[in-house]
Amino acid sequence: MNAATPKITTDQIRLLERLTNACAVSGDEGEVRSIVLEQVRPHADEVKIDALGNVLVTHHGKGENRLRVMLAAHMDEVGLMLTNDEEDGIFRFDTVGGLDLRQLVGKAMLVGGEHIPGVIGARPIHLSTPEERKQTLTLDTLRIDVGPGNSAKVKVGDRATFATPFKRLGSSLQAKAFDDRLGVATLIELVKNPPDHLDLLAAFTVQEEVGLRGARVAAYTLDPHLAFALDCTPANDLPAWDGSENEQYNTRLGAGPALYIADGSTISDPRLVRFLMQTAQTAGIPYQVRQPGGGGTDAGAIHKQRQGVPSVSISVPGRYLHTAVSLVRLADWQNSLALLHAALQALTPEILAAER
Amino acid sequence: MKALIQKLVETFSPSGFESPIRQIVRTEIEQIADEIQVDALGNLIARIGPRGEGQHSQGTRQKIMLAAHMDEIGVIVTHIDDNGFARFTTLGGVQPRNLSGGRVRFLNGAAGVIGIERLEKVTELPTIQQMFIDLGGSERKSCPVQVGDVAAFERPFAELGSRLIAKSMDDRIGVAVLIEAMRQLKHTPHDLYFVFSVQEEVGLRGATTAAFGIDPDLGLAVDVTGTGDTPKSIKMEVGLGKGPAIKVRDEGMLSDPRVVDWMVKTAEKAKIPYQLEILERGTTDARMIQISRAGVPSGCLSIPCRYIHSPSEMVDYQDVLHAVQLLVQLLSQPVKIG
Repeated sequence: MNAATPKITTDQIRLLERLTNACAVSGDEGEVRSIVLEQVRPHADEVKIDALGNVLVTHHGKGENRLRVMLAAHMDEVGLMLTNDEEDGIFRFDTVGGLDLRQLVGKAMLVGGEHIPGVIGARPIHLSTPEERKQTLTLDTLRIDVGPGNSAKVKVGDRATFATPFKRLGSSLQAKAFDDRLGVATLIELVKNPPDHLDLLAAFTVQEEVGLRGARVAAYTLDPHLAFALDCTPANDLPAWDGSENEQYNTRLGAGPALYIADGSTISDPRLVRFLMQTAQTAGIPYQVRQPGGGGTDAGAIHKQRQGVPSVSISVPGRYLHTAVSLVRLADWQNSLALLHAALQALTPEILAAER
Repeated sequence: MKALIQKLVETFSPSGFESPIRQIVRTEIEQIADEIQVDALGNLIARIGPRGEGQHSQGTRQKIMLAAHMDEIGVIVTHIDDNGFARFTTLGGVQPRNLSGGRVRFLNGAAGVIGIERLEKVTELPTIQQMFIDLGGSERKSCPVQVGDVAAFERPFAELGSRLIAKSMDDRIGVAVLIEAMRQLKHTPHDLYFVFSVQEEVGLRGATTAAFGIDPDLGLAVDVTGTGDTPKSIKMEVGLGKGPAIKVRDEGMLSDPRVVDWMVKTAEKAKIPYQLEILERGTTDARMIQISRAGVPSGCLSIPCRYIHSPSEMVDYQDVLHAVQLLVQLLSQPVKIG
C-alpha cells in the first residue's frame, strides 16, 4: 500500500448530489457527461468521447509491461421518453430501461433538457372502483402532465426522470439514480487517486440500462487486460413480513461492497474474486457476496469483447433502486472506494498468470 | 475411448469453473498438440499444424476452428439458512423437474442432496426457489459451503449395451470426440485449432472470444443434439445408433450449406453413416463462430443424445466412434468452401 485511501468528505458528497440531481436517461447522458469531463480532465493523460458518448479516460502508470485495467461505471439512468403529444401539456410516454409501472403513478417528474416539472397522475380514489384499484395501471392509461404553459418547452422524444432531490439523512443518503451515479462518483475519485504502476482506463459508459451497449464499444476501444464494473445493486434486506428468514436479500445495507460471483450476464473471473476478497481481508475492509442470480452489469459486455477480458463487478448496495427514491449508506460507499483503491494498488500482472 | 469418456464425464466443472476439466483435457492432449494456450476466459486451445501426407499441398491450407465445450450445467449457492440448508440458483439450463432427490458434488468435495419444500399441490412443478440442498449439517456455521460455491450433478458413468449414460455427456462426449480425433489424425494440410471452450451453457461465451482470437476460415462445433426416438417424444428425425448428425439448422444457426455439403459428401465417400439434423430448441458454439468478426462459414457435427440436461444423458457408442471417424476424414483432406 503506497498511497492513502481517498476519503468521502463533504466535497465528494456534494459532487454526488450534483450527479444524482442531473438527468441522464439512457441515450441522453449529456448532463452527467459534462460533470464527469469537468472533474476528470485535470487528472487524466487522455480524455476521449467516443461515437456513442462514452467518456474514455486514460491515466498512464510508470514502468514496463504495465497492466491495462478498465474500470466502468455507467452514466445513464432508467426513465421515460415522451412518445405522443396529446396537447395541453399531456404526453404519452414509454419506459427506458427496467421500470416497474407500479412505481410511476403519482410521481413528480422532470422533463426534457430544461427540467420542466410534470406529474404522472391517476384517477383519484373517489372516482375509481375497488376492482380498478386492484389492477396495475398500464402504460396506455398513464400520461405525463406538464400543464399547457410548459407544453411548448417539451416535445416527443424528450426524456423524463423522477424529480427527487438528493438528501443526506445522517449516515444514509437518498436520491434518484444512485444506480449508477455512485459508481460514477467512485470512479471519479479513482481517476483523481490513480495507482502509479498500471494504466488506468476509466470508462464512463452510456446506455447500460438498455443492454450494456456503451460498455461493449468502450471495451473494444480500450482493449484492457482485465476489468472491473462499478455499479449499484439492489438491497432487498428488510425483514420478511412474517418474521421468517429473508433468503432473497440480494445484498444488505451496511455490509460493505458487494462482490459478484455470478449474475445473469457474467461469471466473474474467480481469480479476481479471490483477489478482491484477500485485498479486503488484508486491509480490514468489510465486504459481502452478492447473491448469485439474474441481472447484469457492464461486465457482461466487457468480458466477451475481442479475445475475452477477465472481469468482476463490485457494487454499492442500495435499497429501492429503479424507483423514485433510493437509499444507500455512506459507509458502504466509503468501503467500496477503499476496496477498489486498495485493489488497484495491489494489482500485478501475476494475477493473470495464475490458474483461473 | 470408453475410459477417456468415463474420466471426462465424472469430472465436475460447471460453467465458469472449468479448471478441473481443463487440467484433465490438457494432460490428454499435451503430447499431441503443436501448441497449447489458455485464453483470457479459460478456453483451452490446441493447435495442430500441417503434418504428414498432404502438408505441402498448395493453396489448400485452411485455418479451421473446432469447438467442444468443457463446461456442464450446475448450481450455485445463494444462501445458507439458519439450519444449514443451502438455497441455490442454476448455472445453465437446469430443469427443475430433474432435480428432486438428485445429488450434487461441490468443487470443494462437499456432497449434498436436493430437497423440496412442501408443495400446495402434488401435481405442480416446484420452482428452483422452492428447493434446497441438504449437506447433512444442522446449522449455518458448520456448513461446508458458502454463498457463491458451485456444484454439478453427481451420477456415475454406466453402459447399457451399446449405450453410454452419464451426466455431462453434453458436451464431454464432444470433448472426447475432439481428443480422439486429434490422436487418430495422421495427416492434414490445415492449421487446426481444437478449442475446448468454456461457458457454453450460459450463453456461448467462451466460443465468442475464442473465435475472435483465432479468426478462422472455417468453423465446426462438436456438440450433442436431441432425438425423436423415445416414447411420445418431440418430432425429430434424429435417433440413437443411426450415425452422427450433420446439423442443417438449429434455433440459433443456419449451417453454411457448403459446410453441410462438404460433411455429407465426406461421410458418403468414406461410407460413414450419418443423419441430417434440424433442432428446434437450442444452439451451439457454432453460432458464435459463424457471426464472429466478418463472418465464418460454419457447421456442427452432432452426437445424438437422449435426456439432455438430465443427470443421465444417453449416447450410442457407435455414433461416437463414427463421429470421430468422420471428423478425421474431414480434417485429413483439402477443403474448398466458397
